[in-house]
Amino acid sequence: MKTVCVAGVGMSQWGEVWRKSLRQLFADAALDAIAKSGVDHIDSLYVGCMSGGLFAQQEHLGSLMADYIGMPGLPAMRVESACASGGMAFRAAFFEVASGAADIVLAGGVEKMTDCSGDDATAALATAADQEYEVFHGATFPGLYAMMAHAHMAKYKTTRSMLSAVAVKNHHNGSMNPNAQYPFKIKPETVESSVMVADPLRILDCSPITDGAACAIVCTEEVAKKLGKPYVKILGSGAATDTIQLAQRADLTTIKAATLASARALKMAGRTIKDIQFAEVHDCFTIAELIVLESIGVYEPGCAGPGTLAGETGLDGKFPVNTSGGLKSKGHPVGATGIAQIVEIYKQLTRQAETGRQVKKDLKVGMAQNMGGSGGSSVVHILEVA
Amino acid sequence: MTMFSSRNWREYPQRYRMEAVKFKKSGKTYFPPRSIDPETGDCEAEMVRLPDLGKVVTYTVVRVAPSQWGDMSPYALAIVELTDGAKVFGQMTDVDVDKVTIGMDVRVEFRRVQTEDHHGVLSYAYKFVPKWW
Amino acid sequence: MAGIVGYGCHLPRHRIKVEEIAKVWGADAPSYKKGLMLREKSVPPPDMDTITLSVEAARRALIRAQTVNPVDIGAIYIGSESHPYAVKPSGTTVAEAIGATPDIHCADFEFACKAGSEAMFVALSHVESGFMKYALAIAADTSQGAPSDALEFSAAAGAGAFIMGKENLIAECLFTHSYMTDMPDFWRREHEFYPQHAGRFTGEEAYFAHTKGATNAILKKSGMKPQDFQWAIFHQPNGKFPQRVALELGFTQEQIDPGWLSPRLGNTYSGASPIGLTATLDVAKPGDMIMMCSYGSGAGSDAFIWKVTDRIDKVRDLTIRTHKLLDENLTYVDYGTYAKFRRKIHKNA
Repeated sequence: MKTVCVAGVGMSQWGEVWRKSLRQLFADAALDAIAKSGVDHIDSLYVGCMSGGLFAQQEHLGSLMADYIGMPGLPAMRVESACASGGMAFRAAFFEVASGAADIVLAGGVEKMTDCSGDDATAALATAADQEYEVFHGATFPGLYAMMAHAHMAKYKTTRSMLSAVAVKNHHNGSMNPNAQYPFKIKPETVESSVMVADPLRILDCSPITDGAACAIVCTEEVAKKLGKPYVKILGSGAATDTIQLAQRADLTTIKAATLASARALKMAGRTIKDIQFAEVHDCFTIAELIVLESIGVYEPGCAGPGTLAGETGLDGKFPVNTSGGLKSKGHPVGATGIAQIVEIYKQLTRQAETGRQVKKDLKVGMAQNMGGSGGSSVVHILEVA
Repeated sequence: MTMFSSRNWREYPQRYRMEAVKFKKSGKTYFPPRSIDPETGDCEAEMVRLPDLGKVVTYTVVRVAPSQWGDMSPYALAIVELTDGAKVFGQMTDVDVDKVTIGMDVRVEFRRVQTEDHHGVLSYAYKFVPKWW
Repeated sequence: MAGIVGYGCHLPRHRIKVEEIAKVWGADAPSYKKGLMLREKSVPPPDMDTITLSVEAARRALIRAQTVNPVDIGAIYIGSESHPYAVKPSGTTVAEAIGATPDIHCADFEFACKAGSEAMFVALSHVESGFMKYALAIAADTSQGAPSDALEFSAAAGAGAFIMGKENLIAECLFTHSYMTDMPDFWRREHEFYPQHAGRFTGEEAYFAHTKGATNAILKKSGMKPQDFQWAIFHQPNGKFPQRVALELGFTQEQIDPGWLSPRLGNTYSGASPIGLTATLDVAKPGDMIMMCSYGSGAGSDAFIWKVTDRIDKVRDLTIRTHKLLDENLTYVDYGTYAKFRRKIHKNA
């Protein structure tokens, strides 16, 4: 396999972006990435999107986006794995370049979530769960993660304060991210007095509904060198699936797909989790960040909560997590999230993160962990500064 | 929208009678049924009916519910381990939602689950009620 | 003759007190409590309807029937005035839920409060004629009373189910008698939410004339006297009527006590006297004789004479007794919750 690099990234405005459509959001991010990288063409396009159909009544996104980034004729396709669609699109781009089939591939992700009612958005997101055996009975995504939270609290004595610490940290980081949907700091007591959505999760334990897109230029090292811009190498890519129905899993306090995807990415990279210095993880809910950190081996089971409470995952901690603000503060346009995680790892490694958010210590290797549904799929990438 | 009527009808054996499959080699029960045992690759299985008693493995109380669930809100959801070891996800009913706990004993009861507004098909299935007798 | 092989009951756990309803409409609670002898009534939650009550009652009847294979049930008849669909049978859902499809006959019966006993009569007749081995009769309602109407103080929910057969009986049916005339005392036109009634005209010429007509006829047919019975159950639109008709016919308070549920349950319409029968079977002894007489507006009464067999002692506690459902694990709701549960509040679709 060839060495594959990321030579530029771009993002659209994130939030409730009333003035931009699905295609405009994507074009904004793609043209931003193309301009920043300086590439003169691309060979193919992968668009990560969970459900253009349900959120915006639009499918056939490969062709649509190729057209609206000014490249009709380009080979293009949409990639879907629920909220892990972005990460999976990035993985597809990685393999196309690694195989030698293409030199420059655009990996993007997009979701336009606010053009439908709250009920419809909830219903669209819920299609990532088991429609007949969970959603039929009234399952919502906060509800599914809340069930994991109760199981985790019962088994490991995880506390309300530990969950709050995740939200407080991620909002602190997001407050310094100009792309963040909710760039404000919050206090634990604000989280703990916010409205209960699904016990024990409150509204400030949940990531928001977001419009947004993110793109990355994935290319060979020869191309990256020639462009003369900062770039990072993709050391490893790993993906895994699990039952999408929570009740079918043996252990509700861990996410097996994240464990497998991380192990596979590390194996390809020839590294261990100890070599990873920081990560963007899929904090769709506060409990998810804790469970993922334990599932990928950054913490022993039951130890991520105390570690987070002690500040170990903060910007100055021993293992910074979600320096971008995470899904929690930055926003969660589901199909775009996986690519936005790559954007952040790229920015941190190339020291382009905005003032205050840039991790001070020397960073060499970071990880992006993206997840679909309640853990029915996960995709992990390991990036290294060139 | 997909046609709910046919989708719901197809699931009657599970929703109405809790029919599951038990694989020959592993003796493991799966609900809903599947064609192949993911542990052994075994395809030989018999239909079994799940028992109607179990314990709550984990739960939540949905307080911000989609509007179609408004009449039931707030409602508790639980994963219940039935007495034969099968785990089933479902709604709890006839329960004080603030008193649901992990380990709570429950009984299966047949209830209306969705109503598709005033004009659509009614769907029925198992729910869990606290075991009080 | 044919009889009951298995029986079961299901009731909601929610109750509303007469005072709570009276408070909202400025009505005089003591006059309902004393005059109609109503204290409280059952309230079905939003996820309970005639079909769900029927399924639970039928499952309990199967448990008490012990050896009946559901596929041997030849017919399911559900009597109710609150079938969830205007068009689509309740019976097929129950048949599917208890595993009795597809070689079965289903029909939904409607005859105001008499639909349940009507289902029992037809099921019994099919079995007696040898037409089928078993037939399941269900009497179930989640009855509706218009807000502020006198009916709102009594309209309640519950179900009783009876598997009729010829062998292994719990109670043999010795006699039946049905008594009908055209009586405009109570009705609901199509597309109307709530029934209408003719006030005091529902008493003497309607309820009392028909229950007495049927009971006197069956006593004559059987050559029996009220004293020959251990127990009696009459249709119970409120607490007072069944008590008054029993005493006027020569039955005693002791005879009606176990099946006289309306003061605390309300009027379960089609379910009323059949549920009363389940509560009576729960306490009956082998050899006991039971008089049962339903009433449905429009109007008519079905009377049955049951003789309890030895098997009752073996099966009554195989599942929950009716009085336990009536007395325990109750939740009292306020009028707002009741109005939400019964969909009396207009919302945006």
